[in-house]
Amino acid sequence: MMLKGRVWKYGDNVDTDVIIPARYLNTSNPRELAAHVLEGLDPKFAEKVKKGDIIVAGENFGCGSSREHAPLAIKAAGVSCVIAKSFARIFYRNAINIGLPIIEAPDAVERIADGDVLEIELLSGIIRNVTQDEEYRFSAFPAFIQEIIESGGLVNYTRKRFRR
Amino acid sequence: MGLTMSEKILSEKASARVRAGEMIQARIDFLLMNDVTAPLGIKVFKELNHCIFDKERVAIVLDHFTPNKDIKSAEQCKYSREFAKRHGLPYFFEGGSVGVEHCLLPELGLVVPGDLVIGADSHTCTYGALGAFATGVGSTDAGVAMATGDVWLRVPDSILLEYKGSRNPWVMGKDLILHALGDLGASGALYKAIEFEGDAIHELSMSDRFTMSNMVIEAGAKAGLMPVDDVTLEYVKQRARRRYTSYEADSNAGYVLRRKYNAAEIEPLVAFPNLPSNVKKVSKAARMDIKLHQVFIGSCTNGRYEDLKIAAEILDGHEVADGLRLIVLPCSPQVYLKALKTGVLETILSAGSVIGPPSCGPCLGGHLGILAAGERALSTSNRNFVGRMGHPESKVYLANPAVAAASAVMGRIAHPEEVMRA
Repeated sequence: MMLKGRVWKYGDNVDTDVIIPARYLNTSNPRELAAHVLEGLDPKFAEKVKKGDIIVAGENFGCGSSREHAPLAIKAAGVSCVIAKSFARIFYRNAINIGLPIIEAPDAVERIADGDVLEIELLSGIIRNVTQDEEYRFSAFPAFIQEIIESGGLVNYTRKRFRR
Repeated sequence: MGLTMSEKILSEKASARVRAGEMIQARIDFLLMNDVTAPLGIKVFKELNHCIFDKERVAIVLDHFTPNKDIKSAEQCKYSREFAKRHGLPYFFEGGSVGVEHCLLPELGLVVPGDLVIGADSHTCTYGALGAFATGVGSTDAGVAMATGDVWLRVPDSILLEYKGSRNPWVMGKDLILHALGDLGASGALYKAIEFEGDAIHELSMSDRFTMSNMVIEAGAKAGLMPVDDVTLEYVKQRARRRYTSYEADSNAGYVLRRKYNAAEIEPLVAFPNLPSNVKKVSKAARMDIKLHQVFIGSCTNGRYEDLKIAAEILDGHEVADGLRLIVLPCSPQVYLKALKTGVLETILSAGSVIGPPSCGPCLGGHLGILAAGERALSTSNRNFVGRMGHPESKVYLANPAVAAASAVMGRIAHPEEVMRA
């Protein structure tokens, strides 16, 4: 699977309250959530982001609440992938479970600048920085998580389990 | 090398001897959802077209936006309520039976030592205070687990935090955990479990232990396990609705990090905006003359009876400062009733505060005390991220309930001794 898009770069500890403030959690409609995505950090983000764009961030992306509304809002806004130095663990689970590609690549994050255009080959673990003409590698997910991703998320994976 | 508490509990639930780093599918003992996370979880559950794994082991607690704050919230609650009714879920809580989930479930004996608990709420780690492995997950995880009765987990590495010595006056569990957060940082325990030990831990009430386990997530931790001792067993034996098991880490268990803290050197602390790990001493904060518009005492972190009681001791004979709103939400019906009977609520109300229903309320900027642009609040809750309690340009400071009560009287961040001396 190949992803391509413009980079929106942010810092460490991007928390779930800035990704989607709790006052919007009275709905779980992805489109309504997407209209407010990252509002607390970058109020114009929802207007600026284009389909395929990529969020790049520092340590502990998605820290805070367990709200699945956070990865849902990011996915529904058209973001194709989040690359971070590290992810908060519940956000990590949620992203895997709902099928939002996430990549832990600390070295790549150091090199990538806001506005760069990236091409990502998820399966072979390659990030190509078109703007800077560089290439970064990231390590594949553990086999078990790979299986969930290949099934298209936890729900499909569980359906397969029930059929076995 | 021996096993940590987490490795022992997860070995039992995976029916295999498992070590840190392994991916496992583990049986859960209890599952929790709330009004924000249940609707998504229920939708996922319905997609699977499967029965509930065990109705006695599922709780739905409508505590976040309740009493219903608007039409959308009311619809979300209705959706969860209809599901609970249709499936005859015995542990569905709303109205007069509801409390803040992480206060309510231990109080009712629904979660017990040795359990593997998952909850679609990040502060599910609170039950680690009972010697359970409890961790937050998302709605999809919860919806799937409601059908399968199990969850995928990576067995975490563990960090040992040892607290020695006796606490200073006005130092509570909140300060002990804020101290650790300041030391570890907001991602210092990412993907890891924290285990607590030391004589200062054994001295703590259950209330203080719940506060500490509650906030381990603010360092990124997956779980925060307390040792099971006489205090735990005394609390559990009068409540437990299921059999429970005490687990103890082996003396030669492998920890990736060990930290020793001297409780005698810890003072009451305040977490400054915008991270819980951004801590300073209250004595220092008090000299900075930080004027407050609101103080909130409540939440799954510090809304228990002991928290209200210490606040009442400080408020007794004093008045809330002019222009400041003190909002107090007892965390459960039992806590509310006890505080009513013992006069704690009368003292709090007489000081000029607002007493509201058990609800998460303003902690997550839901309702019952939202901040306007430029306002500053001190809260006994667990997070102070940008916009957490309202407008993105409002500020939140976190502290223990004694500091909160003293600050409400002084109208600025204050040390409890400033009021008790007066």
